[in-house]
Amino acid sequence: MDGSQPISIEQDVVLARQTVRRLAIECGLRLVDQTKLITAASELARNTVIYGGGGHMDWEFVEEGTRRGLRLVFRDEGPGIADMKLAMTDGWTSGGGLGLGLTGAKRLVDEFSLESTPGVGTRVTICKWN
Amino acid sequence: MTALTQRTIDVIRKNEGSLLANWTANLDATGVSRDARVSLTEIEAQTREFMRLLASNARAGDTSISGNDWSETRTFLERLSRSRALQGLDSQSTASFIFSLKRPLFDLLQAEYASEPADLAPQVWAVSELLDALGMHTIRTFQKSREEVIARQQEELLELSTPVVKLWDGVLALPMIGTLDSQRTQVVMESLLQRIVETGAEIAIIDITGVPTVDTLVAQHLLKTVTAIRLMGADAIISGVRPQIAQTIVHLGIDLQGIVTKANLAGALELALKRTGFAVSKAN
Repeated sequence: MDGSQPISIEQDVVLARQTVRRLAIECGLRLVDQTKLITAASELARNTVIYGGGGHMDWEFVEEGTRRGLRLVFRDEGPGIADMKLAMTDGWTSGGGLGLGLTGAKRLVDEFSLESTPGVGTRVTICKWN
Repeated sequence: MTALTQRTIDVIRKNEGSLLANWTANLDATGVSRDARVSLTEIEAQTREFMRLLASNARAGDTSISGNDWSETRTFLERLSRSRALQGLDSQSTASFIFSLKRPLFDLLQAEYASEPADLAPQVWAVSELLDALGMHTIRTFQKSREEVIARQQEELLELSTPVVKLWDGVLALPMIGTLDSQRTQVVMESLLQRIVETGAEIAIIDITGVPTVDTLVAQHLLKTVTAIRLMGADAIISGVRPQIAQTIVHLGIDLQGIVTKANLAGALELALKRTGFAVSKAN
């Protein structure tokens, strides 16, 4: 990983967005892709705060042949997700949101993986290629 | 407890001029005086003033700076660090203003006590302690001034909350700026609803040109506000939907159907005027 920053409170979501914006520009993503990645990061960072009780965002630049990408990992040691299938259903929420955060984030990025163990924590990895 | 002797103070007073010259040279070498935000004349005046205070305030047997003797020096340093904090300089450059006087002073003492090395060490220690105390005082004041600056900026940010503006008879606009997912948003949205009641406006335009990210929480705030506006019998238009935001909203799966959106504020105003029965034409 190339870097990491804590996401503990609501304000950290704003800071996470700013970091991702800076990294996305550095990575050479187009404006639309920047916006998509920042929005996905915003959703996941907020989940980390609200549902995970705070955690971290890690990032690394990845290369594959000629293309470059940015990989972000959101991890927390919260209660975890009991029903992964339900969590990945459009419109379902255990909180008061629109229920589109996780699924929406998945549609906004090129790679998405969700690992969660109840009682241990949750780890979401996303990647966007340019 | 080591203390300054009269001899040390005398030698400092006698060599005020050369100390000042060496100090200025030292400041120059450390780059402190090369910062564009502080003018050279300002630094010269400050060093001269500090040397004068140091020479006149130092008393034999005293290294504590909390006494009355040092009150003038303390006030001077407080003013100095405050002005530097406001100029946006860092604490390091502020502290090194004092600390760079150490070398010239030590050199002077070394020459003075060359034949009595046993006396040298305690005097160097005493001078060092004195300068440390003065340096710490500047840093403390600097920190305090910085905190005052931050506190003031926070208040200014709250003041910055966007106003509801009247664009036309019956047409209100709310230009949103910055983060839309904070407590502030709630307050701003509420004030829009309040203004609709007060003015009896028929159309409210929410402009999101200044909002860099529209995620589900932001969308939810917008949807709720639009619903509330409609419940009050007015119509809502969301303007400032840039291409990248539009694409992101589509991928997120947010349903904005039934909500009138426009790419920019001009388009929204045009629509609002049309709906309220106005036509804009070019005067000949």
